[in-house]
Amino acid sequence: MKPAPFTRHVPKTIDEVVSALAEFAPQDGRILAGGQSLVPIMAFRMARPTHLIDINEVEGLDRIAIDGDYLSIGARARHGAFHKPVIDGVLGKLLAFVVSHIAHYPIRMRGTFCGSLAHADPSSEWCLVAATLGAQLVVKSVRGERIVAVEDFLEGIMSTSLAEDEFLAEARLPLLPADTQFGFYEFSRRAGDFAMAAALVTYRLVDGVIVDAHVGIGGAEDRPRRIAEAEAVLNGQAPSPDLFVAAGEAAADAVEPLEDILTTAEYRCDLVRAVTRRALERSLP
Amino acid sequence: MTAHTKGSGTTWVGRSLRRVEDPALVTGQGRFTADLPAVHWVRFVRSSVAAGTIGSITAPDGAGIVTAADLKSLKPIRPMLSKFNYVAVGQPILADGVVRFTGEAIAAVYARGKDEAEDIAELIEVEIAETSPLIDAIDALADGAPLVHAEATGNVIVEGRIVTPGFDEVWKTAHTIIRVDGRSRRQNATPMEARAGHAAFDASTGRVTLTCTTQMPHLTRTAVCDIIGMPESDLRVVAPDVGGGFGQKMSLAPEYVLLVWLARKLRSSVAWTEDRRENLIASFHSRDQHVELEGAFDKGGKLLALRGDIVANVGAYSCFPTTSGVEPLMALAELPGPYDVRAYHCRSRGVLTHTCPMAPYRGVSRPVITFVLERLMDKAAAFFAIEPTELRRRNLIDTFPYTSATGLVFDDGSYKATMEMAIAAIDLRSFRKQQQTARENGRYLGIGFATFSERTGYGTPAFAARGMAISPGFETVHLSIDPSGFVEARIGSSPHGQGLRTSLAQIIADEIGIDPEFIKVVHGDTDRSPYGWGTFASRSLVLSGGASLIAAQKIRAKLVKMAGHMLEAAPEDITLQAGSAHVIGTDRSITIATLVRAAYHQVHIFNGEIEPGMTETGTYDPSGTFSNACHVALVEVDIDTGRVEMKKFLVAEDAGLIINPMIADGQVHGGVAQGIGNALLEEIIYDETGNILSSTLADFLPPTSREIPEIELHHIETLTGNSITKAKGLGEGGAIGAPAAVISAINDALSPFGVSIDEMPATPQRIRAALRSSGKLPSHGRFA
Ligand SMILES: Cc1cc2nc3c(=O)[nH]c(=O)nc-3n(C[C@H](O)[C@H](O)[C@H](O)COP(=O)(O)OP(=O)(O)OC[C@H]3O[C@@H](n4cnc5c(N)ncnc54)[C@H](O)[C@@H]3O)c2cc1C
Repeated sequence: MKPAPFTRHVPKTIDEVVSALAEFAPQDGRILAGGQSLVPIMAFRMARPTHLIDINEVEGLDRIAIDGDYLSIGARARHGAFHKPVIDGVLGKLLAFVVSHIAHYPIRMRGTFCGSLAHADPSSEWCLVAATLGAQLVVKSVRGERIVAVEDFLEGIMSTSLAEDEFLAEARLPLLPADTQFGFYEFSRRAGDFAMAAALVTYRLVDGVIVDAHVGIGGAEDRPRRIAEAEAVLNGQAPSPDLFVAAGEAAADAVEPLEDILTTAEYRCDLVRAVTRRALERSLP
Repeated sequence: MTAHTKGSGTTWVGRSLRRVEDPALVTGQGRFTADLPAVHWVRFVRSSVAAGTIGSITAPDGAGIVTAADLKSLKPIRPMLSKFNYVAVGQPILADGVVRFTGEAIAAVYARGKDEAEDIAELIEVEIAETSPLIDAIDALADGAPLVHAEATGNVIVEGRIVTPGFDEVWKTAHTIIRVDGRSRRQNATPMEARAGHAAFDASTGRVTLTCTTQMPHLTRTAVCDIIGMPESDLRVVAPDVGGGFGQKMSLAPEYVLLVWLARKLRSSVAWTEDRRENLIASFHSRDQHVELEGAFDKGGKLLALRGDIVANVGAYSCFPTTSGVEPLMALAELPGPYDVRAYHCRSRGVLTHTCPMAPYRGVSRPVITFVLERLMDKAAAFFAIEPTELRRRNLIDTFPYTSATGLVFDDGSYKATMEMAIAAIDLRSFRKQQQTARENGRYLGIGFATFSERTGYGTPAFAARGMAISPGFETVHLSIDPSGFVEARIGSSPHGQGLRTSLAQIIADEIGIDPEFIKVVHGDTDRSPYGWGTFASRSLVLSGGASLIAAQKIRAKLVKMAGHMLEAAPEDITLQAGSAHVIGTDRSITIATLVRAAYHQVHIFNGEIEPGMTETGTYDPSGTFSNACHVALVEVDIDTGRVEMKKFLVAEDAGLIINPMIADGQVHGGVAQGIGNALLEEIIYDETGNILSSTLADFLPPTSREIPEIELHHIETLTGNSITKAKGLGEGGAIGAPAAVISAINDALSPFGVSIDEMPATPQRIRAALRSSGKLPSHGRFA
């Protein structure tokens, strides 16, 4: 359980990061952020990058701040930064609620928000948050900068639209209106394990009915995404137990469930149904 | 010397003394095998397939590599049983022409660094012509199945049968027959510290010191020397701090043989530290069993007869020294558990497959048979429409000694009393009310009881009954007081977390009147401790405790005699306490330190009536004693997802006289935690090609502190004549009872659905699948 040999580079600025990537990516170079996903797979030699570009000493990358109508999260912002609300209002609370479900404390003190997005594990809570809320991702390379919408970023199981020389410098989450309701629920075998299914819902109540429902499902398909069918069930309706059951059914019907030796498609759909309904139940004021 | 003055007038036994082991362990001062520096590091090249024939092995030029071709002079590991149709099969130290499980070591690479060894190992190319593997024991039993070892026809390595006379007649009188098809999935004991070995050759003496993480240093020495063909005096085996074993470290690791052989060849030091993946795929597994059980009951719910058929998947080789008979034969002998049943019919087979070899794991078969037997009792209770505890009340043994249908003799215990204690403590009646209310609100709470016996502290007669070529049993203690007045007990047991150094010191302290802080217990070094069997099978406190007591009684007698001489009093008027010998009813006394000095330096004053020095030996080899307990699990099952939440766990147990309550409780806590993991989470999974899918701790899931509920403990102390310290063993009970209690509670919770969960672990997937097939799932909305 020792990684294959590699060379580590420690750039101090974003420019140095992208030029190092441009130089080493073609020789199997990769970014090292918190290392909480990369290092374990290197230890198993399932990944064997020959160069690591360690971004842990790049100035300013840990920035978390409001820029206009979104929250910017720098590439070195750790999960642990979200334990307490990073900003006033609903979004800060939502992130603080979700973060406690990610792994265990020591892992949260190293792993990064952007690393989770770049790693694109289908069960990643941050990928689910990004997909549900509609994150914009700031991607940099020596070729310049582009801004990618999350649905164009997450492509599948541990795969994104990042080119090999591209660096995810920042994630931007839209701020949520003050009257937004949210609910999150995830199912895993043990506390801290990767979710086997998770749901994040947000909506507003206007005159007692749901408007602008976002229903995101993670851990069940090859990537987290919003489920329009479940949102359609909710929009325009007053919350009720039956409505939430119906939304759960709609989500379970809509997903293309991942299967493995232990988990049948049918069981995964059971979980989607349950987590959707429970996230909705938790969203009630 | 320091005066021994802290005595309190009461006994040391029975107090929760802080463990002397802990300060070093909790401050990072513990010394583990992997801490040792070495000149060469070994990495094993392991088979990536389950079955096949090895072709060429190609290594880069200059690589340090060992293969079977280099080891022709070594004997295979071939443990032996003379009974139960046991077929001796051999395990080569490195696979020799054939591989029989994924993870089997094919070659050993050595290099100057760990990383370097791993880099080179990756470059070794092994050609293997794959053959189709046998993974499940039932498939291995099928007609025409390929043979894992040519010697073992039908892949059966051991088969035991017991049929009590007149069985069929009793069976015919049954009012009802209840049946359970139990399945226990494969486990890995997962000690916190995986295996590690370090062999250092000393050129000046020609000796090798093997430091390794073992539970039985002396037997490791014997086995390694037998296999290599070297005198035992040339090998010293040291078990330093060992980070848990649970049985996985009582079986000989072929890797250690290789290390000793290589250290001698290189005339240097070589080391290997197993990584977690190797441990999960290639150390030892356990508990992979199918148990079919039928019980014949009369109309009053009394169990008349039991019929069982046990198939234990023992993997590809037989473990040393117990052999792979250990699981099937334990199951055969102990299946009737603590219930009074006179008619018994059972067949138990150990079946070879292309999987990692089985070795004993805390509880050895009893977690499995207890779970199946308790399912049977619960199902019978449902049939008779009575509380499961009432059915047990009608069947638990309560006259002692009780000789079981399989010939086991149960000494005094409290089978019913612990159950009644548990029922009262958990308040069964109010739980039933709570359960009813919860059900009306769509929540499913369940309670499960497991009553069981735990055979502990058994000596050579019990092991010899199995026909083992090597029959473990006795323990020896060398107890001495040196001229400085400090006491040293050298023991053959090899504790690795159990706190035995503390408990033994308490036993010795009471006998010789010296406080425990002056008593050092030495173990885990074949150069310093007497030949012994190590620590396993809930034996060490009973056996080493008994041997310590016997040695201490001799020391005491000698001190008393000397004190009588020096104080001019009759020996029967002398007491030893708080470091001094006192003449009862007077103020005359002399310190033990003075007496000890005299034994070494003034021995002439005793006119030849006293042997010089202060060393005595105690050996103890008892027949064994049964502990017992009742475990209670409270769970809530989430019927939408199949997830089980542990609400509470309660244990009422009886392990005789408790030497150190805190340590005893710790043993129960740890065992219960493992049992909960066993019942709900842990499973080694092979796919049909023989590849292991649970080769990391992200896939093989031991419980964490967040999955373990509050554990409430209650004790009864039944004093047994079968143990001279009156203490019984309790190392395994936690792990034996907990799985059964948890599974029972799940079934209780799900009783409205008419499902029966008879498989461990009861994963959410399995529970949900059972609920689905019941056709009784509600489809309703509710706010939680
Ligand atoms: C035991 C355990 C349990 C865990 N449980 C969970 C869990 O429940 N939920 C969860 O979401 N995660 C979990 N994780 C993963 C953890 O959250 C990781 O921290 C996260 O997935 C990756 O972030 P990182 O900063 O550690 O990335 P790294 O491990 O450093 O990198 C991961 C990958 O992303 C690339 N990368 C990282 N940052 C960038 C960037 N800015 N631009 C481009 N590429 C980049 C790297 O090159 C690498 O390929 C767990 C990890 C462990 C060890």
